[in-house]
Order: sequence, then C-alpha cells, then structure tokens
Amino acid sequence: MFGRLTWDAIPFNQPIPLITSVVVILIIAAIVIWVWRKGWWPYLWSEWITSTDHKRIGVMYIVLALVMLIRGFSDALMMRAQQSFAIGASQGYLPPEHYDQIFSAHGTIMIFFMAMPFVIGLMNFAVPLQLGVRDVAFPTMNNVSFWLTASGALLVNLSLFIGEFARTGWLAYPPLSEKAFSPGVGVDYYLVALQIAGVGTLLTGINFVTTILKIRAPGMSYMRMPVFCWTALASNLLIIAAFPVLTATYAMLMLDRYLGFHFFTNDGGGNSMLYMNLIWVWGHPEVYILALPAFGIFSEVASTFSGKPLFGYRSMVFATMAICIISFCVWLHHFFTMGAGADVNAIFGIASMIIAVPTGVKIFNWLFTMYGGRVRFNVPIHYLIGFMVTFAIGGMTGVLLAIPPVDFVVHNSLFLVAHFHNVIIGLVVFGVMAGYTYWFPKAFGFTLDERLGKIIFWCWFIGFYLAWMPEYALGFMGATRRLQHISDPSWTPYLTVAMIGALIIFLGIVLTIVQLIYSIATRDRRRDVTGDPWDGRTLEWLTLSPPPHYNFAVLPDVHGEEAYWTRKLTAIREEKLIEEPRYEPIEMPLNTPVGVICAFFASVTGFAVIWYIWWLAILGLLGSFAAMVWYAWRDEHEHVIPVEVVRANAQERRRVRQELLAELIKAP
Amino acid sequence: MTEDDPEPVNVAPGEPHDSLMSETLSYVVGLGFALILTGISFWVASTSALWGPGIAVGLVVLAIAQMGVHLVFFLHITSGPDNTNNVLALAFGVLIVFLVMIGTIWIMAHMNANMGASPELMNLQMQRG
Amino acid sequence: MTATEAAAIGLTHAGSEDTGLGNRGPQSKNIVVPYGFWLFVLSDIVLFSALFATYAALSRATDGGPTSNQLFDRNLVAVETMALLLSSFVCGLAIIAAKRRNMLWTQVWLFVTGLLGLVFLGIELFEFAHMISIGAGPQRSAFLSSFFTLVGCHGAHVTAGLLWIGTMMAQIWAKGFDRAHVFRRLLCLSIFWHALDIIWVAIFTIVYLIGTLP
Repeated sequence: MFGRLTWDAIPFNQPIPLITSVVVILIIAAIVIWVWRKGWWPYLWSEWITSTDHKRIGVMYIVLALVMLIRGFSDALMMRAQQSFAIGASQGYLPPEHYDQIFSAHGTIMIFFMAMPFVIGLMNFAVPLQLGVRDVAFPTMNNVSFWLTASGALLVNLSLFIGEFARTGWLAYPPLSEKAFSPGVGVDYYLVALQIAGVGTLLTGINFVTTILKIRAPGMSYMRMPVFCWTALASNLLIIAAFPVLTATYAMLMLDRYLGFHFFTNDGGGNSMLYMNLIWVWGHPEVYILALPAFGIFSEVASTFSGKPLFGYRSMVFATMAICIISFCVWLHHFFTMGAGADVNAIFGIASMIIAVPTGVKIFNWLFTMYGGRVRFNVPIHYLIGFMVTFAIGGMTGVLLAIPPVDFVVHNSLFLVAHFHNVIIGLVVFGVMAGYTYWFPKAFGFTLDERLGKIIFWCWFIGFYLAWMPEYALGFMGATRRLQHISDPSWTPYLTVAMIGALIIFLGIVLTIVQLIYSIATRDRRRDVTGDPWDGRTLEWLTLSPPPHYNFAVLPDVHGEEAYWTRKLTAIREEKLIEEPRYEPIEMPLNTPVGVICAFFASVTGFAVIWYIWWLAILGLLGSFAAMVWYAWRDEHEHVIPVEVVRANAQERRRVRQELLAELIKAP
Repeated sequence: MTEDDPEPVNVAPGEPHDSLMSETLSYVVGLGFALILTGISFWVASTSALWGPGIAVGLVVLAIAQMGVHLVFFLHITSGPDNTNNVLALAFGVLIVFLVMIGTIWIMAHMNANMGASPELMNLQMQRG
Repeated sequence: MTATEAAAIGLTHAGSEDTGLGNRGPQSKNIVVPYGFWLFVLSDIVLFSALFATYAALSRATDGGPTSNQLFDRNLVAVETMALLLSSFVCGLAIIAAKRRNMLWTQVWLFVTGLLGLVFLGIELFEFAHMISIGAGPQRSAFLSSFFTLVGCHGAHVTAGLLWIGTMMAQIWAKGFDRAHVFRRLLCLSIFWHALDIIWVAIFTIVYLIGTLP
C-alpha cells in the first residue's frame, strides 16, 4: 500500500536530522499560521502564487534561493566543523554515512536550488524591463517553471525528514549510485527531484530565448540590447542545449535503478564512464549558465556606477557568444584522469585554456569602463571590484587545472574544490548579491541599507579568502575532497583558518537577512521616489518603482544604444519630457493556478516513485494530465487594464519625472 | 501581444506560406522524395553491389537527405530572410547534436581502447563475475 | 491592425525608426508560440542525441547475448517507416484544412494521422514484446538497454503525440476555429509530429539498417 515507506524512514535515531526536522516543521507551521491570522493568504494566492508577472516570479525565485542558501550553507558549516574536529585520533561528530549525505546535499542544493534560482530570478525580473516590453513570451509557462523548481527543492529537503539523501556527491556517479551499491531512497530522491526541477529550467530556457529574440521594444535591434540581455540569451541557449542531456542521463540511471537496465552497471556490459561523459556534457555548460548572467550583471553595474557607457560593447557581445559556444567544447576537462588518453586530453585542455580568453576580454572591458569614469562606491561596485580580483585568481587556477599533467596531480583534491568555490563565489555569488542590491529598489520601491550592505560584502570577501586560500595549500599537500576524517595533524592550522572564514561568511549571510528586515522596517527613509535611484542607463529605470503590472504604459521607442540614457540626455537638453503619447487599454495575461497545481502533482508523483507507491504515482500523473487539459480548455486568456488606470499611472510617472528633470536641469 | 502581424517580417516554423496549390504540392513532393530516399536506403542496406565499408556512410548521407526533405517540404524551413530565426535555431541545435554525438563517440572509443582488455574478453569476465 | 491592437503591443509612435528586420516591436503570438515550440523540439532532439550517443557507445556491449543482426526484422521496420512517413504527410494535409477552417477534413486527416501513428506503435510494441519473450529484453545487456530506451523514448513521444491528437480533435470539435490559439496549437502539434518522423529516420537508419549490415 505504501511501497517501501515505513516508520523507519523517519530518523528517530539520528539527533541532527531529527531536531532539524522538528525545528523546521515548527517554523513553517508558525509562518503558515501567522500569514493565515493576518488574512494574507488570499492576497498571496492571487498576487503571488498564481501570478504570471515576471517581476513577481523573479522575486519568488530569489526568495527560494535565499532560503536554500541557508540550508546549503548550514551543510557547509557542518562540513567545516567536522573537518576541524575530526583530526588524528578524534572521529568528529558526523559518521561517514551522514557526512556523505551532507556534502552531497550541499552541492546539489547550492547549484540547483540556490545559484540557479537566484540567477533565473534576476533574469526574470530584469530582462523584460530592459527589453522595454510587458512580459516574457510565455508568462504562464514562467509560473509553471518556478513551481516545478520549488517542487524539486521540496523533495530534496523532504529527504531530511523522511528517508535519506544520496551519499554519492552532487553528481551521483555510478557504480556507487547504482542500485547494487546505493539500495536506499537517497539517490532516488536526488534523481526525481532534479528531473522535475530540470523540466522547469528547460522551460525557462525556451521562454527567455524566445523573449529575447522575438519580443523587444520597437527600435531595439540586437546591437542595442543591454549586455545583460545578451548574456541572458547566451545562458538560456545553453540551458536549451544542455538540460536535455541531463534529463536523458538521469533517466538512464533511473532505468538502471528501477528496471534493472545496464547502462552504467558493472555487469551486463554497462559502462559507468559513459555516465561521467554525459553528465559533464551537461555539467560544464551548467557553470556557464550561472556565470554568463553574472558577467552581464557586472556589465550593467560597471557602466551605471562609473557613469560611462560600457567599454567595448561589440567585443562584449562577441566574447559572450564565443563563451557560449566554446563552453560546449571543454567538458572532458572534468575527467582528464579517467583514461581517454593524451590526444583527447590535449584537445580538451587547449579548448579549456582558450575559453579563458574571451573572459579576459570582458575583464579588460570592465576595467576600461571604470577608468576615466566618476565611480560611485555603492555596494554593487564593491562586488564588482571584489569579483574582478577574486575571479581572476580562480580563473588562473582554472587555466592551471586545464593542463592535463597538472590535473593528474590535483584532480579531486582540495585544490580543485578551492578552484571551483573561488570562481563560483567570486563570480556567481558576488554577481547575484550585486544584482540583488542593484534591482531591489526597482522591485520594492526602496533601497537596501547601504552600510549593512558594505559590511555584508566585506564578510563575504574576507570570509572567502580565509575559508578557501588554505584549501589551495592543502590540495597541494595531498588533501583529497570529501574527507570525513583528517589523518595528518599538521593540517590543523589551515583547517582552523578555513573554519573561521566560514563563520565570517555565515555572519554575512545572517546580516543579509538582518539587512532585509531592517530595510523593510525603515523603508521610508530610503524611498525610491523617481524610479531611478542609481542614475541608470537601461530601460528598467524608466518606470516608477515598483513598475505597474504591465511595466510600460506605452512601449518605449529605442533610438540608440543605452535607450534610457539617451532619452534622459535628450530630456535634459530640450528641457522637457517626451511628448505625452495616446494611452490605450492594455491586455495582460490572466493569473493561473495551473503552475502550482502541476507542481503539486509532480511532487506527489515524485514522492510516490521514490517510495515505490505505484498507485499514487499513476494518480499523480493522471492529475497532472487532467490539470493541463483543464487549463488548455479555458476561453479567457487575458484581462484588460482600462485606459483610465493606464493614464493615471502614466501621468503620475510623468509628474514625478518632471520634478526629477527640473532638478537635473538645475544641477547637471 | 496582438493576434495578427500587419506586415509579417517573420514566419512561424512549420507554417505553410503560399497559396493552396503549392502548399499541398509541397507536401506531395516531399512525400515523393522521402519515399524514394527511404526506398534507396533499404535497398542500399541489403545490396552487395556496393563496397562494404561505404554502405554505412551512404546510409547516413541518405538519412541526412531525408531529414532535409522533411525540414524543407513538411516544416517549410527555407533560407528566406523571414525564416532566419528558425534556421539559426536549427543550426544551433544541429551543432549541439554534432558535438554531443561525435564528442561522446570519440571519447568513449578512446576510453574503451585504454581499458586494456578486448571487449570479448571483458564480456567473458563480466559473465563469470 | 486597429489602433487598439497596435497600442496593445505598444506601437503607437508611427514615426518609430525602422532599424530593420524584426525591430518593429514585439512579434505576434502567431509567430512567437510556434517559435518557442520549435525551440522545445530542438531541445528534444538534443535529448535524443544523448540517447543516440549512448546507443553508439554501447552497441557492441552485448554481454554475450543477442546482437542487432540477430534481432531486427527489416520488413517490420519498413512497414513502420511507411506508416510514420504517411502519417507525417497526412498531418500536413490536416494543417492545410485547418488553415481553411474546414472542420470535416481537419478532423478526418487528424484521425488518419493518429491511426497511422497507432499502427506504428502497435508494430513497435509487438516487436518489443517478442524480443522480451525470447530473452532479449532491456535487462539482458547494455546494448539492449540502450536499444529499448532509444526506440522506446521515440515510442513514448509518439504516444504523447497521439494523446495530443485526441485532445486537439476534441477541442476543435468543441470550440471550432474561431479562437486563434486553436490553429496555433495545431501548428505546434504538426511541428512535433514532423520532428518525430525526422528522429525516426535517424533511428531506422542507424539502429535497424546499419545495425543489421553483414
């Protein structure tokens, strides 16, 4: 009746998961009850959960990412603590079978449920605004994508309370991940959750490529798009290209586990090396899916806060698309040591070094953007400078690793782990933190507290170096990754410094939450009245903050690069706003519950498949199909926003802008 | 978004874009070509009149031709300026398919070769173990 | 296009500078939806390429069991190929009829498409059942696992397509052609169906023909 689900699945005999589960359940219950008592559920349902507005969906993605950051970083702290204590005679506090789940969960959550949602959330929020349009190409599908991602996150976290997680590392290599060696539910949780989230991400890829190629403001040719939109295009092209490979590979592993197929098994002719090959065909483009939008954010930040156009726009575009293509030609560098031989290794090694070149071009472009500009040292510029220094180091260790003989020495050592944390934290984390700070006022109508923001940056920056520079040294000294116990006591000082670094980063994360709460509480002091708090250059700053549901009363005409900046300069020069256009009623897509309903059935089906509850799995699939057909049958797709509302909002915006213009004319 | 484009500058993939006669004609011609190419494929695979090692290559070429027939006559992917986005997307897809397939085959062939034992020997060992 | 429609996509400034192809503002849904679907189909083709790559890597890993030469019947494959090719052709006729809002012929051609698809599926299931019954099921060897997955994934897509055809026939019957989204969805269905035949060309060539060369 319940498959292999029994009461044993609940970790009564493991204090850490048990206590965590109880605390989390209590917190969730408290939040649910608090929201209900305040009467906010109807509002949340109609304005957020069922929303097809890209701005709302973007915010929800980022909320998910921040929550998952806490879970993922808790795993990191636990690992650091274990490695600090379990030296020599001591065994630490985490037995291996528990420690293995923690490092697997850490990687899985940080990549799939923290970094991806954060980047996708920022793209969701900003790209349609920057393109000067009302929404993405497929707003309902956007909503579905978010909820499928959330469903995957739910399943991974459920494994803490019911059952266990994979012990295989975040990529679940066979033969360890095969049924013979991982008979429990852990790997199944991993595979099912990521298959569901993967579908969501693929749909996002399709959505954004279509939007960027087909839906832009009048006059916005390709070479007039903001660089962030170019990087979003490249990133989403990579999503479309890479995620199907992930889906296929996980499906094959699931077939091995569930139906006894022999793709990657030791017997029957299976070949586990094939899994490594296929998973990294996805895995390498995946890191560029994260990296490219972060590059784009830094391009926006560099030009905005230097008060100058981005240096070398065309070379930026070219470099972005070059990285997009080359990133599909380097995947073997993740398994140089697996035995493809010198010829193959050499080709992929050279390609891996070549891909550093366009990135170098970008760094020089950012430097030259800042050079000669009037740089304002707001929080995002801190992240930009911190990124350029940190990522340069990480990139260089990457080029070092791209040399196969070097890689043979340090593959899977802490040197490797330090490298990828170096580039991910230096680029992706710093990038999303900069983007979060940069676009927060546009989303909510007030800026975050600057002082706390700078402290948070320094926590991340100093914490990163303390936490990871020792790891480079340890890697050279022979430390492998994923060690549950340290046998060489001379490593103690390095691990202690690393622990301190991790705690400083933890402080930064705590302060991020504090900053959010504090900024909300004191928001009246930092209201963004004009909609343009940073003297921006791209079209999102044309709207008031937050923008109306439909973004623009009339889609702006784009006459050159930096559409908004030229408009501002023209207004200042002519000392008047653009002529008031004729307003018309606006059609916008309806909200819909189909996303959250499909995700609900996906979660049910996923849970049932993991626990072998076949009748429930079939019911879940039928439910999803029924929901889709019911949704496809509706006759009303859009609602009309009356012209009076459009006009009132637009005239309010013009009034505010008139005041801003008067000030700008007085004091240039 | 509006339902109709005033001056279509782009064409949807798959949409027939001519008068009735040439629309149907496109499908009939496509079917004809596809039938011929399929027939040739089956014949090539069973004949001994061709040089052995070249047959596989010939079959792949015929398959690509058949796919081309489908793309042009059934999916109406042409090279006109209104089809650019569709063609570029297809080109990108083809590039990825090529990289994934050729890359995997090349890599796995090398990996297997460097495993030491011949496949038959490995099969035998795995059967016993 | 009326002024309202133009405004709905923001084209109110008649003097908007024309910077070339596709820069007149957001394109209509009739372009955007099939394009997005085309991208989805391309991503599906990448999925198949991963399965093809797996098949290529594992095609010799027979574990002492049955090989492709011993298992595949070219006559059956020829019939399957004809069925799918004809169904693709007939699907095109359905689109032409739908463009002309001809309810009868749209339904007829859609039905025939589905019927031919069902024939294809029936033969494939028969082949699978036969192979399993003689001990050549997917659990026998890596080669067989990859065969059943590659061909089976294609079959699963055909099945999904059949469900879609059924749903579309019902929806067209219930709602007619008045709403633009009905034709758009049919267009997407035809893109999907033609793509299935393109994948089948690759399958029958590589798996069944090359796989059974002497």
